[in-house]
Amino acid sequence: MIAFLLRRLFQAAIVMLTVALISFVLFNYVGDPINAMVGQDTSLQDREKLRQELGLNDPVHERFARFVGNALQGKFGLSYRTAEPVGRMIMERLPATLELSFVAAMFTLLVGIPMGVYSGLYPRHWFSRVLQTVSLIGISLPTFLVGIIFILTFAVLPKTCQHGLVIAGVTLIDCDFVNWFALPAFGRGDVVNLGVWTTGFLTGAGLKALILPSITLGLFQLTLIMRLVRAEMLEVLRADYIKFARARGLKNRSINFGHALKNTLVPVITVTGLQVGQLIAFAIITETVFSWPGVGQLFVQSVYSADIPVMSAYLCLIALLFVAINLAVDLLYYAVDPRLRTAQAATRAA
Amino acid sequence: MALAQGLARLMRRAAGSDVFHSFRSSRVTVVAAIVTALIFLASFGAPLIAIQNPFDPANLDLSVAMRPPVFWGGDWDFPLGTDDQGRDMYSAILYGTRLSLVVGFASVIVAMTIGIVLGLVSGYVGGTIDAFIMRAADVQLTFPAFLIALTLDGIARGLVKSDLHDEIALFVIISSLGLSYWPQYARTVRSSVMVERTKDYVAAARIIGVRSWRILWRHILPNAMGPVLVIATINLAVAIITEATLSFLGVGMPPTQPSLGTLIRIGNDYLSSGDLWITVSPGIMLAVLVLAVNLLGDWLRDALNPKLR
Repeated sequence: MIAFLLRRLFQAAIVMLTVALISFVLFNYVGDPINAMVGQDTSLQDREKLRQELGLNDPVHERFARFVGNALQGKFGLSYRTAEPVGRMIMERLPATLELSFVAAMFTLLVGIPMGVYSGLYPRHWFSRVLQTVSLIGISLPTFLVGIIFILTFAVLPKTCQHGLVIAGVTLIDCDFVNWFALPAFGRGDVVNLGVWTTGFLTGAGLKALILPSITLGLFQLTLIMRLVRAEMLEVLRADYIKFARARGLKNRSINFGHALKNTLVPVITVTGLQVGQLIAFAIITETVFSWPGVGQLFVQSVYSADIPVMSAYLCLIALLFVAINLAVDLLYYAVDPRLRTAQAATRAA
Repeated sequence: MALAQGLARLMRRAAGSDVFHSFRSSRVTVVAAIVTALIFLASFGAPLIAIQNPFDPANLDLSVAMRPPVFWGGDWDFPLGTDDQGRDMYSAILYGTRLSLVVGFASVIVAMTIGIVLGLVSGYVGGTIDAFIMRAADVQLTFPAFLIALTLDGIARGLVKSDLHDEIALFVIISSLGLSYWPQYARTVRSSVMVERTKDYVAAARIIGVRSWRILWRHILPNAMGPVLVIATINLAVAIITEATLSFLGVGMPPTQPSLGTLIRIGNDYLSSGDLWITVSPGIMLAVLVLAVNLLGDWLRDALNPKLR
């Protein structure tokens, strides 16, 4: 177990150092940091002096060590675009992204697993077929298009309501009612500032603003989880121990959920963990579609204006998240699946 | 004459093959193939059937900007309406689809080439080179390809001045997509090479003195191409989606040479004012294209995978 953990930690450190190196190279060789800091009229001598003061003429390995040291403290210099400290810019926007990803992940699991279980238990039922087809469309549609469709349906169309639903002169649904259902499609709504963290969970408008973006963000993962659970359920239900459980006369519910579902969860945990990273990355798209003030939107703006310090800081942050999640998933996998432990004990004995 | 005969023989062989049988027996796949073929014809024949060349600034006319499509109360001058610059949407969609397809194919070819070469070297040479290439692939696979393409685009923007960037945007986006998808090809090719290189035919070739690169290219690679082609088909849909996404985010194709994603981005600004057509028609085109290519890819994967037969 310790050896396993150490090996994983070592791999994680390699990944982090690689990303740090890439960020460092970007930082130093793409665009000139001096040019970004001073005006046009600064003389060459002044530039050289500044270069010396900032230590840009030091040997590469010293600069890299300093870069890593600063990065560990969350210091990534000033943004080329806004001249604000990059660390603060990211910290201000991180809560928005994390809350969005969290809600999307919850949506994915709470809807995706039951859907997968259902279509795994009754693969020939018409509803399962509908789910399969819809999930294929869900995988095929680009995220931003899904977002636009949601905005159209739930934010734009309700506002175009003029008469409501009128049948034979009787108003069945009036426009106030329709508008009550309309969802916000831009920004976070009202947020509460808790010092270092701003949250949208505590206000009605904040929660309402989360609905469309989080469904958009989670939809792709939802279809993935659903298909995975379905495939696993189909496979597990054919296993001998399920037949044996049926022969013993156990209740269907206990077989389906106690035996079958429990055994499908191991790969689901792995995939979910890996998908959390994807969620944070794909939040870039969702945030842009819904004008969500998160780090993803910040990253797109930085790419657009070649704001290298923000880009490299974001890359380091994402790398850290990915590595941490991968590590956690590996450990969880190890904890959940007893076969892994015995396999390792066996290799050690041999 | 010999060529025609050969072609005819090839066609007969293809028509009698298992793959063609499985193609014909899946109705969804046939429909997807027809749709894909129509889209290809329409987009590559765009100069013949389009009303105007949307890339030509001389065709922009603000006096006809924001005309609605025919079914929205517009007229037949602009069947699908115009955008905010007075560009005919029907022509823009045809040219935009062509651009999306070109980017998709070109980036798949770039990724495939890099991946095959690195995979061949990695699997055949082994040792430190293998370890280095595979670790690089591991690190890259930790991140979504989309994020890598986005970052590469940002780096290109840092290296090139912004007005020049619009001109080379096509190459930037093809190479950044290509560079973000190579690891899956490299891994697949490498694992096939490692299986093939121990086989007798490779040993025989080596004994009679065939050079390494020739063994790799002529003997091993053809045996490793099956899975590569399957990945390439699925990759094509992903590449088209990623290009559209990058363009939608504003870091892909510029508004002067709009791809489908750029058109949707332009229309997105007018979404809340109710002028939906600028977004909706390229959106439908993109969705249909990606769905059709995906269905073909799914079918090809099942048809070429002997385990599922």
